[in-house]
Amino acid sequence: MEMPQPNSEILLKKAKVAAALRAVLPHDAVIDDSSETRAYECDALTAYRCPPMIAVLPSTTQQVSDVLKICHREGVPVVPRGSGTSLAGGALPTADCVILGVAKMSQVLETDYENRLIRVQSGRTNLSVSGAVEEEDFFYAPDPSSQLACAIAGNIAMNSGGAHCLKYGVTTNNLLGVTMVMMDGEIVEIGGGHLDSSGLDILGIICGSEGQLGVVTEAILRILPKPEGARPVMIAFDSNEVAGACVADIIKAGVLPVAIEFMDRPIIEICENFAKAGYPECEALLIVEVEGSETEIQDQLDRICTIAQKHNPVELRQSQSDAESAAIWLGRKSAFGAVGQVADYMCLDGTIPVSALPEVLRRIKELSKYYGLRVGNVFHAGDGNMHPLIMFDANKEGDLELCEAMGADVLRLCVEVGGCLTGEHGVGIEKRDLMEDQYSASDLEIQMAVKDVFDPGWLLNPAKVFPLSVSESRRAS
Amino acid sequence: MSAPLFPQDEAELSAAIIDAAGPLQILGGGTRTIGRISEGQKLSTAQLKGIVLYEPGALTLVAKTGTSIADIVTALAAENQKLAFEPMDHRIMLGTEGTPTLGGVMAANVSGPRRIQVGAARDFALGVSFVDGSGRFLKNGGRVMKNVTGYDLVKLMAGSWGTLGVLSEVALKVLPVSETQATLKIHVSYWDNAVACMSAALGTPFDVSGAATVRDAAGGLGVIIRVEGFEASIRYRMTELRARLAKFGETEEISDPWAEVKDLPAWAPLDTVWKVSVRPTDALNVIAMMKELQKDYGFSCQLDWGGGLMWLGLDAKQARDLPACIQVHTALQGAVAQLGGHATLMKSDILSEQDIPHFQPLSRPVEMITQTLRGKFDPRGILNPGRMN
Repeated sequence: MEMPQPNSEILLKKAKVAAALRAVLPHDAVIDDSSETRAYECDALTAYRCPPMIAVLPSTTQQVSDVLKICHREGVPVVPRGSGTSLAGGALPTADCVILGVAKMSQVLETDYENRLIRVQSGRTNLSVSGAVEEEDFFYAPDPSSQLACAIAGNIAMNSGGAHCLKYGVTTNNLLGVTMVMMDGEIVEIGGGHLDSSGLDILGIICGSEGQLGVVTEAILRILPKPEGARPVMIAFDSNEVAGACVADIIKAGVLPVAIEFMDRPIIEICENFAKAGYPECEALLIVEVEGSETEIQDQLDRICTIAQKHNPVELRQSQSDAESAAIWLGRKSAFGAVGQVADYMCLDGTIPVSALPEVLRRIKELSKYYGLRVGNVFHAGDGNMHPLIMFDANKEGDLELCEAMGADVLRLCVEVGGCLTGEHGVGIEKRDLMEDQYSASDLEIQMAVKDVFDPGWLLNPAKVFPLSVSESRRAS
Repeated sequence: MSAPLFPQDEAELSAAIIDAAGPLQILGGGTRTIGRISEGQKLSTAQLKGIVLYEPGALTLVAKTGTSIADIVTALAAENQKLAFEPMDHRIMLGTEGTPTLGGVMAANVSGPRRIQVGAARDFALGVSFVDGSGRFLKNGGRVMKNVTGYDLVKLMAGSWGTLGVLSEVALKVLPVSETQATLKIHVSYWDNAVACMSAALGTPFDVSGAATVRDAAGGLGVIIRVEGFEASIRYRMTELRARLAKFGETEEISDPWAEVKDLPAWAPLDTVWKVSVRPTDALNVIAMMKELQKDYGFSCQLDWGGGLMWLGLDAKQARDLPACIQVHTALQGAVAQLGGHATLMKSDILSEQDIPHFQPLSRPVEMITQTLRGKFDPRGILNPGRMN
């Protein structure tokens, strides 16, 4: 993975830029000591690290605007950062950049239950948005696995999803408006407390633009009344194909579960060893969760079980209590941690048409054999969002490169069967160089033209999303 | 004016745009005569037809944009599925003719009452193919439910009224048809009561899929609340909702009234109609302003989306003279600008030829972004120029 060479002229201006930033920010909000900037050297894609030139932690939209004006004037690249939980390297710095962290901006600005919305500063964590409206029995629906730590700013940048988005949608479907600061410091309000846009849907392109169009400082989010209850059923099968067919049948039957999670044998075994969730011996495991009142839950679970029985499951376990629900979810929720205990791993995020599931799992198995690397699959089956975890040994020379090569092959496979490179993590640097596998030159050109509109000098997170060779002439300008 | 163009495929569409000597009027079925219709040669997507792929088990349908909504609905119904955002058929209210198409629905981001629960047309668009103003054939998104690969131009294209490119193909997320549905009507006395009642209903965990107001024959105001799902669940939720909403007025279960809410047949005779989107509770401010402006003549009002969507209308008598109508239009867009939201002129005999913005004027920075974006997608400014102001 290649990053652009730092601009030596910018590095020479470090003291000048830091002084200018100190003039507009509280003293402790500017970090330029190299022992401290190291804290910002990577996000959750830890294989790649590079301390930034300076990190700043503004507290208000106006301060963000002041910072961006300075960086714009001085021609310094800016890498926005939420909580640094990106698995795609979205917040990876370059040595000549200013990291703009929104961590200090975590206030709730408005809760409006009548209109079912909340306005927050963008550094607020995903889970604490729900926390702020919990006492009125509301919640914020998108639930990325990192929700305890990840910031709304990052959720908006990556258009984050989660296990429950089969029913509730992803960030873009739950975002009503933003306050955003453009690279030149201009503050823009887009959307609001109302639905839909009268003009072009600018909010729609902001969401998922990976911090390349502007820095979102405030967000208006849709909140929903909490369901009365939720309960899962666990269904075990002796083949991936049958599990896949069962998923399609559940969806076709008109039951719309809030989550359908799928785990294959390697993951089931690792999770079982780690969490002792009591998962059976099987090839594929589904966890299907439904919501509603007690009667509604039972009714839906009965329908799902009737469908599942037709596929001769190895085991079918309906949760009858909160404790049983927790046990069923325990293995799934500890999947990443469990794999982390046995190996280093790379978590992919390609999405495929649900119908291609058996074929893709079979071919991933073949790739696993070819590369000699173990792979476990855990994913959101209802929407085809795969999470193959490729295991490798970071201490073994060449293993990371081997893992990346295999990862690229898996993602190309996702594209080949009609899917895409990333369903919820974002492109960042991780899938940047594969973008030409999914998009034609013109398709990438029009996306880059959108960035030209917002950030003509290509200073905001410039080395992400688009292959460096493709964006080179723009970045140089 | 030369004959309308009907490209048969994307190559012909691209050629038609490259060869265009002047402005083009982009059409699907031509049923949504909203905004200022541009002069220029007509370019219709009507011959880009057909369902390309339909996987009921994956809740995915891909079709060419000239495919009629009716054909799509029929294909979906055969598998017991639906377009969950229930797009409005504008022909009924606007008095237009033609066949609503997938392209038109997406280009105008047309949704119906269920938008409040499941999202708008744009939320169900998974991918688009289109030809931009330079004749480039472009794709964005795909056919899978979750996709964050690159910028989301799918959302940008939805609701762009053909001004950024001509859509040729759209991939949609579809949903199963509910086993059954039921509607509760609450007889309320005032608008503030109506909005409070809808907010209360939408604040329950009972998955309300419609919250609108209706007028009965005697002019009485009612709120209607819809729930959908399996029979046993519907019974439970209706009982709970009835208990919680009784404080707003007398309740009764009524038969399906939602076609009237969605397509507004009662609004066909009106001279002037606006569509307004605001925070639901702000609808009350807009109503108060309209009452003041129209105190001698009256106006029509219907709320949908819990109050977040307002339909405001004037009949020929209420639209009493041109200066007064322009004043109402300007005041409406001005008030909505203050509150946050937008007001769009949907139809008007009296106002349509006036030099007024049919769509809500944008803030200065958003207008700048919009114009620069248009320049990138349509550098010659030939695609539906002026349609969105």
